[in-house]
Amino acid sequence: MVPTWHYLMLSAALLTIGVIGVLTRRNVIIILMSIELILNAVNLNLVAFSRQLADVSGQIFTIFVITVAAAEAAVGLGILIAFFRNRDTVNADEIDLLKW
Amino acid sequence: MSFAQVVFYGLAAITVISALLVITRRNPVHSAIYLIITLLAVALLFLQLQAEFIAAVQIILYIGGIMVLFLFVIMLVNLDVAMRQEQFNRQWWVAGLAALLLAAELAAVIYLGRGTAELPQAPAGALQPNTELIGTTLYRDYMLPFEIASLLLLVAMVGAVLMARRRAS
Repeated sequence: MVPTWHYLMLSAALLTIGVIGVLTRRNVIIILMSIELILNAVNLNLVAFSRQLADVSGQIFTIFVITVAAAEAAVGLGILIAFFRNRDTVNADEIDLLKW
Repeated sequence: MSFAQVVFYGLAAITVISALLVITRRNPVHSAIYLIITLLAVALLFLQLQAEFIAAVQIILYIGGIMVLFLFVIMLVNLDVAMRQEQFNRQWWVAGLAALLLAAELAAVIYLGRGTAELPQAPAGALQPNTELIGTTLYRDYMLPFEIASLLLLVAMVGAVLMARRRAS
């Protein structure tokens, strides 16, 4: 049996990789993918503790996290398409105006 | 080393390596493919943690839904120019340093605190039957959050349609 803290370590590694992706990449699509990585790290944590404590609430919470991730991806990609139509770029550091 | 440990370390290695490939590839399609591999490995880890329903939801919703959405947008947006440009921004080394500090801190906290709290160790079949347990808990104890989540999905759908609509002018 694998102890729970091994899962926590893997989750921390996944979260760090996601944070590096969000902070360093310029392409907005990759940044959104990195956010999915971070949310998956959270889900892994929740399910690992759900097994440790024999409580199904952690898995319920994981379902809600996946729901929020779906909503976030849909709105984020919608904004990206609208932005690309106006400015012809997908680089995060060129998104610096609220209105033009 | 037992079979469960071999499976865990194999899946953990696949998860971390493909996650690293996600954030370093130049072509977003390759990133999306590696993200699918990461999500599949995490789904198999859920299976190992006795969460069969979550594993199925992960595959159907994440890989079947969200990743297809990502690939559609990659095809809709012309990325040839972005692929020839610099992939990392100017403050990448500051960001990397901060993220490494975060990783060291998390690892230290988890490693030093691993035995301090005596958590109860659940017996092997404690979360079975999994789908039935999730169903009763979700519709009995978490009814209001469930309804709010449906409202959130409606708002997100309207928002996405409104954002991506071509402006009539």
